[in-house]
Amino acid sequence: MDTYADLIECEDVLLFANAAITATGQREFHGGAGEQRLSLDFLHRYVHGNYPGLYAATLALDVNDHNAALIIATVLRERSAADGRLIARRLARMSPARVYRLFRQLQRDGVNNRRTRAIVRDWLLARPDLAFDAVKYRSAVKAAVRHAHLTPPGELGDFLFAPRRRARFQTPVLEAWRRAHYDKNALYELPYTVAEGFAARHGISRAVFLERIAPRLTRLERLRLTGAARGSGVETGADLAALPLVRAASYVLSLPVDERRQHVAALRAGARRVAGARTGTWGSVTAVLDDSFSSYGSPVKRRRPLAVALACHYLLEALASRYTGLWLSGRAEPVAARPAGATPLGLRVLDALETRPDRLVIVSDGWDNAPPGLAAEVLRVWRRKLDPAGEVRVAHLNPVYDADRFDVRRLSPLVPTAGIRDAEDLPALVELARFAEGRTGLGELRAYLEERACSI
Amino acid sequence: MLDLTGLVTMPAQTWGSVRLVPLVRPEPIVDLRLHARVYGDELSMALLPDRTVYTAYVPHAFVASWTGDGTPAAAYGTQLGEPLRHVPIRTHRRLVQREAKNRLRILPLHLALEGYLALHYDLPGIAWEEWTRAAVAGGLSPRVEAAYSGAHVRGLDDALRVFEFHAGQCGLLLYVGDTLASAFVTPHPEDYRALHPTLIRDLYGELIYEYALHYPVRDFRAAIDDSRVDTLADLRREAERQGEEWAAFHDSVMAGGLRAPNVRDVYRLGRFTLQRFLPVFDRFAENHIGEMITDDQGRTAYLKTFRLSQAQVRRGYLLSRLAENQWSLPDTAAALGVTTGELRARMDRAGFGHLLRPESRVGGHIRT
Repeated sequence: MDTYADLIECEDVLLFANAAITATGQREFHGGAGEQRLSLDFLHRYVHGNYPGLYAATLALDVNDHNAALIIATVLRERSAADGRLIARRLARMSPARVYRLFRQLQRDGVNNRRTRAIVRDWLLARPDLAFDAVKYRSAVKAAVRHAHLTPPGELGDFLFAPRRRARFQTPVLEAWRRAHYDKNALYELPYTVAEGFAARHGISRAVFLERIAPRLTRLERLRLTGAARGSGVETGADLAALPLVRAASYVLSLPVDERRQHVAALRAGARRVAGARTGTWGSVTAVLDDSFSSYGSPVKRRRPLAVALACHYLLEALASRYTGLWLSGRAEPVAARPAGATPLGLRVLDALETRPDRLVIVSDGWDNAPPGLAAEVLRVWRRKLDPAGEVRVAHLNPVYDADRFDVRRLSPLVPTAGIRDAEDLPALVELARFAEGRTGLGELRAYLEERACSI
Repeated sequence: MLDLTGLVTMPAQTWGSVRLVPLVRPEPIVDLRLHARVYGDELSMALLPDRTVYTAYVPHAFVASWTGDGTPAAAYGTQLGEPLRHVPIRTHRRLVQREAKNRLRILPLHLALEGYLALHYDLPGIAWEEWTRAAVAGGLSPRVEAAYSGAHVRGLDDALRVFEFHAGQCGLLLYVGDTLASAFVTPHPEDYRALHPTLIRDLYGELIYEYALHYPVRDFRAAIDDSRVDTLADLRREAERQGEEWAAFHDSVMAGGLRAPNVRDVYRLGRFTLQRFLPVFDRFAENHIGEMITDDQGRTAYLKTFRLSQAQVRRGYLLSRLAENQWSLPDTAAALGVTTGELRARMDRAGFGHLLRPESRVGGHIRT
């Protein structure tokens, strides 16, 4: 039997999980960056202060990198109890640029306890090619090495702290960096971001540079440069299907409508890859997808909520055996979606319920305004009166953190709401959402967190 | 009551103390469109797919290069056809450079408002000796009315930014603290989309500014009575009823204050008529001043209103009584039941003192 305190704890942790999955401290459609950061900062302090044990354990959930870095920084600063291996595993999943930024922040905050140094050391040693990192993130590696009191192996120390001491380096990438200062051909062996600076210094034309650096581009650089490179007649060969679904969807939505259609196959292939063994196992699914004006996001997160909805559309299509996707605008072609119009969620939810699905998934920022609160009423009457047994499983996924509520905005207390950032997490989130329904208690939640911690 | 036939009220969107009620035109008016130059592109006339001929209009205080030499000027009063009446504006050079080339802008100055009052009352028709020479020759303009730019009304910028357009939206009723601050109607959705951002640079009376500092307005919440629902079809019926109820609630209760009793035809072009209207200057009711364009059946195609503050209502009341009595001070004083001296004092307090000659000079003597 759960006590009242347990229930509150369970609720707080879920609230925090939702926030940590969605919030990035950036401007959203309804709130500025300052509000978002202030609200998120409070939430981290609150959860860390009240539930120090669970606070670090949320790293096992699909919290986004921004929040993972915040959690790790807080844990290391406050020296609170946390599983060091969990931190190490989470760091290994983050992009190196973000980890180096975290190390910088630790340095700035003067956090230099033994555990911090061990974590920095282990992470650096586990890097597949530290010399490559030293070239690409030179000042960051230098700062981390200095902060953790490490002695870099071999000639790396010289490269970082006294590059002129050696006439030549044995490591190929370090040697390429040295030669790139005077040799135009050497710079093509360097990572793109570093080579770009050398290319400018040598006065190499953009077309020639892109042509020759193309094999060295990372996945995201390929995608980012596609349009610009095509202008110079270079194909970067970005593979949309291999990218995270939301990232691919964002890219597709940035194109003119006519060009979007040729990428539908890639999005479908990406969704099938993510669905994997679960393809076609979800029964009949209906999704209500939000393409109202608020799904534009903000200039810094351009069309992010819409991209999440689009990615969920293709993923659910792959997961379901029978799928119906309903856009708020009534648009039939999902790739042609554009963020415009009001949010008549209530009537669209009704349309969805009429298809008699096994599952109903609503992807929306929860600002139901035409008329306000109708979706909540429709869902309430449906749950209370027409489907008390819960035959249709309803879940609401919300990509936007609401700074005023310290949570994602809910549609109705009767329908579980979970924050979503990457469409890949959708199956896990629908699972997490069941805790929000209040049928499962704190014990199960703790067990779930431990299980997740072991599985990653 | 204004004839808003053809416009359908959609559910309001609230943000803090601001309530925005969209007006949707199922069938847009295609033969009245924003002047092509408003879009910064004279060729846009040719862009109309069916090449229909349309009448152009220019909103009041709209800035564009109306003059031949390309310097910016503001339209003086809403106009049909070519904007012939315009006021040149001098802008700081750096400001001009910062403006995006094709950006729509409406004069963010008090000109918009002082223009309104002056447009309605031109000059004293008879040169009564009490009036100064300037008042007789130049009318009441320029008189500055105090008003707040939309940017100063708290929460209005956010409300306009997060507002979600409806398909076919041609207008907006803007409420602050559940008081109608401004009504805005355009003939075509494209015009509306072009002009929506300019609402933030509009002027609002001090009343609106103060109301915005008050509590947030209560949002409508849909409520379905579940005892009347047995099937999904029932639920849909009830849900649709909620939408209709909300729109109807607004139509009957909230837009009640928008009346245009003193309408004056200003200009007629094709089947459209440009009109200006004044309120009755009743100190205990809402008073809106504005301009509109109506078609041959009297339906509103374009509308823009400004809510007067109490001080402005008092001034307007004085002006209207003076106009009724052909601008004669003694007659007006008699009509108001006060002495001429008291009327002078009232006019002085209302800010019209500079229009009157000093009392000692009036009376038939000392004419130099």
